[in-house]
This record gives sequence, structure tokens and C-alpha cells, in this order.
Amino acid sequence: MKEITYLEAIKEALNEEMARDASVFILGEDVGVYGGAFRATEGLSNKYGEWRILDTPLSESGFTGAAIGAALVGMRPIVEMQFADFISCAFDQLVNVAAKNHYRWGAATPIVVRAPYGGNIHGGAFHSQCIEGFFFNVPGLKIVAPSTAYDAKGLLKAAIRDNDPVIYCEHKYLYRRIKDTVPEEDYVVPIGKARIALEGKDVSIITYGAMVHTALEAAQVLKENRVSCEIIDLRTILPLDKKAIFNTVKKTNKVVVLHEQTKTGSIGAEVSALINEYCFDYLDAPIIRVAAPDTPVPYSAQMEEAFIPQVKDVVSAVEKLMHY
Amino acid sequence: MDIKREDLLRLFYYLKLTRRLEDRVTSLYHQGKILGGAWTSNGTEAVSVGYGYALEKNDIAAPYFRDMGVFLIRGITAKRIMAQYLGKKTGVTGGKEGNVHVGDLQYGVFGFPSHLADNYPVGAGAALAFKIRGEKRVVAACTGDGGTSRGDFHEGMNLAAVRKLPIVFICNNNQYAYSTPLKLQMAINNVAERALAYGMPSKIVNGNNVMEVYTAAKEAYETARNGGGPTFIECKTMRMHGHSEHDSAKYVPRELLEEWKKKDPILHMETYLMENQIAKKEELDGIDLQVQKEIEEAEAFAEESPYPEPEEVLKGLYATPIEE
Ligand SMILES: Cc1ncc(C[n+]2csc(CCOP(=O)(O)OP(=O)(O)O)c2C)c(N)n1
Repeated sequence: MKEITYLEAIKEALNEEMARDASVFILGEDVGVYGGAFRATEGLSNKYGEWRILDTPLSESGFTGAAIGAALVGMRPIVEMQFADFISCAFDQLVNVAAKNHYRWGAATPIVVRAPYGGNIHGGAFHSQCIEGFFFNVPGLKIVAPSTAYDAKGLLKAAIRDNDPVIYCEHKYLYRRIKDTVPEEDYVVPIGKARIALEGKDVSIITYGAMVHTALEAAQVLKENRVSCEIIDLRTILPLDKKAIFNTVKKTNKVVVLHEQTKTGSIGAEVSALINEYCFDYLDAPIIRVAAPDTPVPYSAQMEEAFIPQVKDVVSAVEKLMHY
Repeated sequence: MDIKREDLLRLFYYLKLTRRLEDRVTSLYHQGKILGGAWTSNGTEAVSVGYGYALEKNDIAAPYFRDMGVFLIRGITAKRIMAQYLGKKTGVTGGKEGNVHVGDLQYGVFGFPSHLADNYPVGAGAALAFKIRGEKRVVAACTGDGGTSRGDFHEGMNLAAVRKLPIVFICNNNQYAYSTPLKLQMAINNVAERALAYGMPSKIVNGNNVMEVYTAAKEAYETARNGGGPTFIECKTMRMHGHSEHDSAKYVPRELLEEWKKKDPILHMETYLMENQIAKKEELDGIDLQVQKEIEEAEAFAEESPYPEPEEVLKGLYATPIEE
């Protein structure tokens, strides 16, 4: 075992998969000699050359489309969006081409789109967005969002080996802030499986991404008040691990859904609807959603803090449920 | 370039097959037998037949919706296409898709996504894969004149030019995009001028002369195959039917249609073959009879084929399914 950061985990997964499989290659803006805006591909250009770490024109739809075409003839391309926000320029290729190829005409499209997403980094409206919601309503895509270094590495490997288009949401705030242990040997984290980040019995907090850490902090505070929280880290957002969601509801009977994505039409709305549809009889209280408000991500530190769900917001939501 | 007699007769055969197949689809449409819309390439068949026939077996076609000739030449049979139009299980996509929205990797044909010009970057991606792997294969990607106004047209062209990819971009310039004439589509006289901006060589050909299209494509493929990079080929032609069979195309001046009718690509080929004593009328009539028989058989096959089971709706979303 060794301890590495979330960003190092991503780097290691890229490097190991490229070494393992000659059909894996990376394309995007400034990924080559420069090593990517967040340095995720640093050093890979030297090792694999300019055709496997391919610097593209500033052209998200173009290089995403190209990744799809390469995948159709046997490659396993990894697209790097410089910031997840720019994925909107490639929306059509992902939604109408990649997502529908297999259903429409039986052609597998094994691409991974790495999307550095999320706020708390003072990036403003165009460098902080949570983009998973844009694609949540698109059958045919898979969306993953790791919260630990272990999952960052294992899910990226799984995404690269998967035969479907996977949007890999990597949270920028976690890049250098999170460190945990990963095995020396090869492993994958299966797509479609949530994990229990913390076992508990009173209230379930269902979340993913950077908010897992907010939930863990909140659980620490609540523990001092003798409230035991169970935290479900979804890890895969599309398709959702319904079994894991229902199991925790059946156990605690009280649910907070927490995410950094804006509230309306969100992942949390779907989780809440699923519980309502399939587990209503197990609920002892209404589900509470803690989410960002329905606005663009603001720039000033004070406003951004008000925008992103904080530990105190989670604590008060759980307390509200405890007093229901 | 000298085209062998045998190839000339094949070109003639495919022109006829394309025309007669789509004419039959048009009749069936007016009889209410086609499930959805019916778009034909009537009057412009020489484009798809010419560039499709010039491809080698291992090459890839990334077509658009007036490319029936390409589908047929690559090996997607008239039977499967008819069944596709009727929404049958034996159709190219088993009923998942309709009409010309087909693709089949077995025959090196990428699916056509409705969103015009999407196949430009997708095609470029396949060419990129060939370049990375050092394979001597090429891609032909096609769109209409209207499609050349889209961002993906430009992004695909630019990426291919920058990386000198083995791809040939074809434009079926049939003067209209639905009801929009060329002069409201672009402020230049020739679509080919767009290629200049990417440092890409281009060629303008008579899109009603199948031999000209074939020769230009063949030469461009050889350039691409030998590392010479992409070429853009504008095929000037005229859409002789409405945008789709529901559209009477009253907005097209009658005189324009009269003028182009004299330049009909099949008439042109027939006259050429006879005047140059390459084939006698009887031989060409024989080919036509064979084509008619093939279409009749295709229609019967489609009529007799079963419909897909409704349960199929839930199948085939993912290439790597995830268990619930
Ligand atoms: C991006 C996009 N917008 C709109 C449409 C609807 N549409 C289908 S065909 C067409 C006209 C296409 O014109 P052109 O590219 O010149 O091809 P042509 O039909 O003339 O062969 C339109 C507007 C579409 N398919 N894709």
C-alpha cells in the first residue's frame, strides 16, 4: 500500500492503462508537453510520444467527435476537458453520437471524458460548474464521480476498460487536498456500485464527490451530539446504484441528499423520487435535499461559500430530521 | 484516370440500384407504408456512388443521409434497407432506427447521426486512429452544403488538416438545405473555398458525373493513404426531389429543375457508355432489369419480415451492461 493524492491517483491510472493497452490514448488541449492545466498528464508525453498524448486545437466538439471515431475503429481514447465547463461545447457529440451509437446501431463507443469539475476554487461561473446534471438525463452515457484517491484510480481504470462512453467527473477541489492509500497492484472499482463511506444507524446522507468529505465532517460533529450518520458515496451517478440507496433507507429510515450541483432537476431530485417510489413505507420523515441554490457559481469567496453546501447546512438538516 | 469497363458497369449498376431503391421508397411513402420520413438522394446519386465505389474494403465511410449509394456499395443489402424503412426486425438496425439513419461496422460504415456534419470530426477520429497505428486506411466523410455551416464541419476539417489525417471530406452541394438556397447559407460561391481557411487542398467536381466524382475521390484517397493529408471535394449537383418526400419543394424555381433534369447522372452515364461504345443499350437494360428484380425481392423480404418484439426497447443501451 502507498499513500497518494487524488490527482496522483488519476495520473497513475492514466499511465498504467497506457502502458497496459496500446489502444489507450489521450487527447485534449495542452495535455502534451505542457502536461495539462492541472498537470494530470505531466510526463506522459515523453513516455508515449505526441500521437498518444495528443495536443488538439481548441475544439471540444471536434476532439470529442474524433475520440468517438477512433473508438469506433478499436481505440480507447481518453478526452481531457481542460475544465468540465467546456464540455458544453461537446454536448452534441456526447449526447447524440456517443450515447446513442450502441442502442441505435450496435456500435460500442469506449471513450472516457475526463471532466475537472466543481467549485470552492474561486473559479467563477465558467470554471466551477458541476456538469453531471447536464448528462444525467441521457440514456447511454455512464457518469462516475470519485471522492477518494482509491476510487479515483480504480474508477478511472474501470472507465477506460468499459465499452461505453463514460464521463469521469474529477473534483478539482480534491486534487491535492485528499490523500489516501491505494494498493501497489492493479485494481478497478466497478462502475455502478456505491460504497458506504461511513456506517451509521440514525440518518443516511446520500452524496458523492467533494461533498462526501463535507458529510464526513458533519457526521463527526453530529457524533458528538450522539447522532449516528450513515454516508453513502454514490461513486457512479449514471446509472445509480438503487440497491445501495434502498438498503440505507431501510436501515435508517431518514435521508438527507447532499450535493454541490444546483437543486432543481438534480441527481438528488432523482434519488429522492426513487426512494419515494420504492421505499416510501420505510421513511420516518420527509427527505431533505441540501444542494447549491439555482444560480450560476458566484466568484467572491463570501458568496461562493454561501453557494456551496457547508458542514453546518448538513448538520442542521440532520438535526431537523432527528427532531421530526 | 482510366476506369476499367467492369468498374464502369458497376458504377452504372449502383446508380440504378440507388435510384430504383429510393424511387420505390418514395412510392411506398406515398402509399403510407413507410413508418417515418423518406429522404432520397434523387438527382445526386453520382456523389455517393462515386466516392463510395472509390473506397477500398478496409476503409471507412462516415456518410450523411443522402448517401444510399455508399450503404449499398459497402455491402448493406437492399433487403436490409427496405426492412429498415418498414421498421422490421431484419432491418439494418433491427427497428431501433429508421430509414437512412444506419451504420454497420462490419462493412466499415459509421452510423449517420442526424446532426449534420457530426460525422466530420467522427470520421477524422477514425483517420487519427489509422495514423496512430500506422495503418494504410482512409476515411471518407460526407455532408451537405447546409451542414458545412456547422461548427463540427469546421472543427473536423481543422483537426484533420493540422494533423494531416488520412481523410477525404466530401460535400454533396445540391444547392439547397431544406428550403434554404446556397446564397442564404454562405457568402461564398463555392463551398470548396471553406477548405482554404484550413490549408486544405480542395477540388470542385461535377457531382452529376459519377466518373468525375470517382476519379477525384480515388486520387484524394491515394494522397491521404500515402501521408499527404486530407482533401475536400465539393460535388456540385442538384436535389431533384423535395427535402423529404413530404415536401413539394415549391420554393425551387421550375426552370432550375428543368435545366438540371437534362444533366441527370444516370442519363449522363448511360449516354457516355453507349456513345463511347463501352456498352450497348441491351446490356444496360439487362442491368436495369436485374436491379428491378433485386428491388422487388428486397420489398418482398421486408414485407414478409417480422416486426421486432416490443421488449427490444429495453435492450442494447450499453455495450457493457450494468446489473441492477
Ligand atoms: C444540426 C442539424 N440541424 C437541423 C437539421 C434538420 N435538417 C435535416 S436535413 C436539413 C437540411 C440539410 O441541408 P444540406 O446539409 O445542404 O443537405 P441536403 O439535405 O441538401 O442534402 C436540415 C435543416 C439537422 N439534421 N441537423
